[in-house]
Amino acid sequence: MTVEPAPGVPLAFDPDSLAIAMIGVHKWYGAFHVLRNINLDVRRGERIVICGPSGSGKSTLIRCINRLEEHQQGSIVVDGVELTADLKRIDTVRRDVGMVFQQFNLFPHLTILENCTLAPIWVKKMPKREAEELAMRLLTRVKIPEQAGKYPGQLSGGQQQRVAIARALCMNPKIMLFDEPTSALDPEMVKEVLDTMTGLAQDGMTMIVVTHEMGFAREIADRVVFMDNGEIVEINAPKEFFENPQHERTKLFLSQILH
Amino acid sequence: MTDARLDVLAAYVRVAPEPILPAPIFSRGVLAWTRANLFSSWISGALTLVSLALCLWLVPPLIAWATIDAVWSAPDGALCRAHQDGACWAFIAQKMDYFRYGSYPQTERWRVDLTEIVGAALVVWLLWPRAPRRAIGAALFFIAFPILAFILLRGSDWFDLPIVDTVLWGGIFVSLLTALVGIVFSLPLGVLLALGRRSHLPVVKLASVIYIEFVRGVPFITVLFMANFMLPLFLPEGWAPDRLLRPLVGTVLFAAAYMAEEVRGGLQSINKGQFEGAMALGLNFWRMMGLVILPQALTLVIPGIVNTFIGLFKDTTLVSVVGLLDFLATVENAFKDTVWIGPTIAPTGYAFAALFYFVFCFAMSRYQAYMERRLGRGRRR
Repeated sequence: MTVEPAPGVPLAFDPDSLAIAMIGVHKWYGAFHVLRNINLDVRRGERIVICGPSGSGKSTLIRCINRLEEHQQGSIVVDGVELTADLKRIDTVRRDVGMVFQQFNLFPHLTILENCTLAPIWVKKMPKREAEELAMRLLTRVKIPEQAGKYPGQLSGGQQQRVAIARALCMNPKIMLFDEPTSALDPEMVKEVLDTMTGLAQDGMTMIVVTHEMGFAREIADRVVFMDNGEIVEINAPKEFFENPQHERTKLFLSQILH
Repeated sequence: MTDARLDVLAAYVRVAPEPILPAPIFSRGVLAWTRANLFSSWISGALTLVSLALCLWLVPPLIAWATIDAVWSAPDGALCRAHQDGACWAFIAQKMDYFRYGSYPQTERWRVDLTEIVGAALVVWLLWPRAPRRAIGAALFFIAFPILAFILLRGSDWFDLPIVDTVLWGGIFVSLLTALVGIVFSLPLGVLLALGRRSHLPVVKLASVIYIEFVRGVPFITVLFMANFMLPLFLPEGWAPDRLLRPLVGTVLFAAAYMAEEVRGGLQSINKGQFEGAMALGLNFWRMMGLVILPQALTLVIPGIVNTFIGLFKDTTLVSVVGLLDFLATVENAFKDTVWIGPTIAPTGYAFAALFYFVFCFAMSRYQAYMERRLGRGRRR
């Protein structure tokens, strides 16, 4: 596709099927070229797992999707809205895109319930009671409704990460981004978070997950993206990706992490 | 030998749980505390004894000076001049009204009393975390109270209250007014300056940096003089602000620069993830700051903020250099009264002034400790 999109003009794609379009995206940190010509389309309901060695640009890539990082070249269109410096567009995109971080980033001065209701009340102007009902429903879904009155510091890492997922879901996002959601967890807590994400995937959420959990990728992903050195090296269905990797770098990477 | 040990360590299966034992007797109780804190080594033991001796040497004479040797009531200074080894509290009692109101007309002093009572009640309402409907308290304190105080203290023809010129204002109520205005306005202004200093907009950032560094770089007295003499120059003819208002503005502007640096310290200690978490949820800049970042940043720097407040409270004594009659100035004025003149008058007056400032500053300090404990509960990271 060689579309040269004018800023502000929606791209010529079928908005009903495409959730995210990244076309020729480049990003630099100072002189360092961190993302090099990224082209990636994500369909609605699709689950993408991004893997690759550390420093390969995986996190930077998904952080560009909700503009926590700014890209300098190319275009990123999220749910029909092209990301530019325009704050209104950024707000629109962030409202529709939930994000879960490696370090949870819960707000320690607010209770679990307040963490979940903050954005619905202040961004969506939802009445407080309605927001609380919604939050309790989602906390039940991630199986920790009984912790609603506690502060984040009183919860285990796995519980905090599930709260972070519930908090993002409270905004009723169309797309969920996961930035190494299990990397900061103790081993025995990884499963509870992955189970929550699996449930989300089964409900048809569009998900982009940066992770080293290859089991999760194999089971849940529709496509696996392998990045190295700031570029996409290989994209394939998980079965093909793991059993029959094409690129030398993919083979090397898989041989290092799969024993 | 070595081989046998290896054999023992090689495999082990517990057959019964280790019992949970009480702590040894010598690590608990008063005796243990005394030994650990007062006599843990011969140096600390010696220091304990020296400190004890110093206390015994200094404290009883001071108490005697302030109580049994003091003159508690007298019509004039004659009795105080006869009892020179004790304080002259009679002087304080006699001059109390002057200390409280300055030259405010005697028949109108109830207006000051009323303002003070209403203000104190609202402050308690606002600072007591479990008080009901604190939002109403805040609205009354920040909107209704200033209007009420202005009408009561200055006077208004509408309410048939004679106008009292600020030249006549003085004493404790002027000190409290200066401190209150300084505290209430310096914090929000300081927060704005701190945000400005961290702003990505170059002009905002530069202006904040210049302001903060300039104000911190000059003495408070200079700021007061500038506010007093330069403020009228910037304003059109006939708009010259009141002689009381000028030092108030100076106080606020001065304290705000210090406050800004305290707040900036708090902002810098907030993890980047908190900003990202808030942004990813779609909160805009002001909501992110107001709901997520500042509540955490300000809690972290409560000690610094209260420190600045305490400094500000004591600095209000400097407003006398631009002609305001604050509490300390009334005390010093009263020394000149020939009826009371004597060697014990000044020490008594200064002791009383010190006590006054100590009570307020210590109260702020205790409130700080209370808030830290309260906010720290359940939120430790």
